[in-house]
Amino acid sequence: MSEVITGYYQTQPSIAFSGEGAEKTAIVQCKSIYYKQVNETVRAAIEEGAHRIVLQGINGQRYIGDGIVAKDVTIIVEGVAGQDLAMFMGGATVEVLANAQDGVGNTMDSGEVYIHGHAGDVIGYGMRGGAVYIRDDVGYRVGIHMKEFKSHKPLIVAGGCARDFFGEYMAGGELILLGLDSQGQRSDQPLVGNYIGTGMHGGVIYLRGEIQPFQCGKEVGIFAAEEKDLASIKKHLEKYVELFATDFGSDPAELLEELLSSKWTKLSPTSSRPYGNLYAPL
Amino acid sequence: MKDYTQPEFHVDIDYSKCHKCGRCVGQCGWGVYKFNERPIPDDSKCRACHRCVTFCPAHCITIKKSELAYRENANWEPQTRKNIWRQAATGGVLLTSMGASRPQQSIFDHLVLDACQVTNPSIDPLREPMELRTYLGNAEKGPAIKIETPLTFAPMSYGAVSLNVHKSMAMAASRLGILMNTGEGGLHADLYPYQDNVIVQVASGRFGVDPEYLNRGAAIEIKVGQGAKPGIGGHLPGEKINQEVSVTRMIPQGTDAISPAPHHDIYSIEDLRQLIYSLKEASGYKPVGVKIACVNNVGAIASGVVRAGADYVYLDGFRGGTGAAPAVIRDNVGIPLEIAIAVVDQRLRDEGIRQQASIIAAGSIRSSADLAKAIALGADSCAIGSAALIALGCHLCQGCHTGCCSWGLTTQKPELTRRLDPEEGAQRLVNLVNAWSHELQEILGALGVNAIESLRGSRERLRAVDLDEQTCKILGVKPAGM
Ligand code: SF4
Ligand code: SF4
Repeated sequence: MSEVITGYYQTQPSIAFSGEGAEKTAIVQCKSIYYKQVNETVRAAIEEGAHRIVLQGINGQRYIGDGIVAKDVTIIVEGVAGQDLAMFMGGATVEVLANAQDGVGNTMDSGEVYIHGHAGDVIGYGMRGGAVYIRDDVGYRVGIHMKEFKSHKPLIVAGGCARDFFGEYMAGGELILLGLDSQGQRSDQPLVGNYIGTGMHGGVIYLRGEIQPFQCGKEVGIFAAEEKDLASIKKHLEKYVELFATDFGSDPAELLEELLSSKWTKLSPTSSRPYGNLYAPL
Repeated sequence: MKDYTQPEFHVDIDYSKCHKCGRCVGQCGWGVYKFNERPIPDDSKCRACHRCVTFCPAHCITIKKSELAYRENANWEPQTRKNIWRQAATGGVLLTSMGASRPQQSIFDHLVLDACQVTNPSIDPLREPMELRTYLGNAEKGPAIKIETPLTFAPMSYGAVSLNVHKSMAMAASRLGILMNTGEGGLHADLYPYQDNVIVQVASGRFGVDPEYLNRGAAIEIKVGQGAKPGIGGHLPGEKINQEVSVTRMIPQGTDAISPAPHHDIYSIEDLRQLIYSLKEASGYKPVGVKIACVNNVGAIASGVVRAGADYVYLDGFRGGTGAAPAVIRDNVGIPLEIAIAVVDQRLRDEGIRQQASIIAAGSIRSSADLAKAIALGADSCAIGSAALIALGCHLCQGCHTGCCSWGLTTQKPELTRRLDPEEGAQRLVNLVNAWSHELQEILGALGVNAIESLRGSRERLRAVDLDEQTCKILGVKPAGM
């Protein structure tokens, strides 16, 4: 896998279709192709009725799935996905068989994203709906200003650890952090950094483990998760182990059992109007 | 705690003329009047918005400045003392609205325009064609946005203003062939028919932003800063988030709509480029502009914005309006628009990238004279927010943040918002923009040119009166007489 990338070329990638109807698959050769042409080809493949689009040879191309509105379409990314994966996306499913860079699910509307590896900073910024599952660690500023409205309720599950500003300004949805290492064992790294939930005024954060109050913003209430809380996130954990347990070589049921039997912390905002009393109107 | 401040205004009713009809009671959004055989005002609530005065059939109401004397002290003005009393009683950040109100010098008022005399003929716009049509965008890639006159409506979000204000602007923009701007509160479905004349904004809160929203606008604008509150975010109070606003913003009713100060995905010019191109990717390569507040190094910032790929830079000067901002920020942060236009235009020219993006200038454009001067300083077009609201009845009472606007503009209370008929509102805006456009044509005619293009960046056609040498130099404008 140590092939040299000499640059990104603004040429159309080659695309091959196979199968019919719901099975229709497009295989796109993306090695050294500029993101614009890659994304044009993804859109064209959807127009052509492909339900499965395999992007081979991806190496950091940006904006994969950006603004794509499609149902019953799965985009498989073979290689490291570049910045802003699935930004503004509506409805599709994106599965990355490697790491992803920053901005996964930025302002995402709906659909699902699965990352078989780490993801970078600012995951799910302003996310409005859909779900992002990341197998391993995430960086800084994850889940900032996620918001929910009626049936739109965003979810991020990160399997590893997270850095500072987790869930800052959070206004809705669910953020779940599991603290596993890349072998699927309890990580020995710090679970999460500081400034968790600063300015939080909606939504809920679940952390597998314990944190210190000084790590959180003052708008956050810290609770030990109860049985009903765990029951409410069980389906998300099931999905996580279904997606990733085999990557670890673990048994899904055992991993789920381990996750569910852990001690969890629940964070929720103390007010939906944290700045309601800040002002003296003139 | 006892409020030590005294009423600013005195509501004076001439009961000998009063019909006792009670109309003032209903008209006042701030609940000044009680009715007990005759209207009884509570001076302390009055904001001098003149709604009651305008609609009183007997013309018997006069709003007066309180005559209460304060011991003269040029250093501790009454307003300063009152602010301290208010903050001592509440511990709060003083919140206000509309543009900065302190008596700082207006540079526009110290600039004068040239005209033809003898040696070159002026043109009569009543007889000769006079081109105001303006193209915004990257001229190298072909013009992106066409407007029939160099004026657009400034971003004001649905939530901060009422839906009827948005409808008035959208209808007017489509009739005038110009643009309105959603601000950061999403696009209400009632505006879809006018979407080709709408700029949709993407701000740090990402309210109402989904793929459909991005695809509906004629252009997309990233809001980085606002002249009234550079560097800080916004809090639309929960009281203004009713059912309809909540649907358009896509957030629950009654919660505060908090826009973080920065976009958390923009920490650098490279990040800005990333966002610009993600928006272009998502929208099929629509024009993307970037709105910034005018601050110290605006030239360098604008250069970065253009290099990041923006199709226009929207400069919002320190007098720009707001639906709510801390007074300390509104009145003390940012630089004058006039300076910013000149330095940005010059910087982009010096760097050879001026043609890559247009400049929209805003932040208290009060008249066609300001518009002409802004264009001569280097702007491609201007945007009006406060002037548009004033056209719709706003009396600049600076009470928008209370959500009680008697004129029904910056409120979501149905009994108040229905005071603005969108059809009539659109007509007032059309009239205002047409009037300014005619005046602009008169100015061009006097200058002896027949297209707005010829005035653009033509600082030679400006002169400064009573401006210091340094300011003239920065503006690139000679003093009068030279
Ligand atoms: S606030 Fe306006 S409507 Fe109310 S009394 Fe004062 S001027 Fe009249
Ligand atoms: S919009 Fe209404 S509340 Fe705001 S300044 Fe104008 S009249 Fe006053």
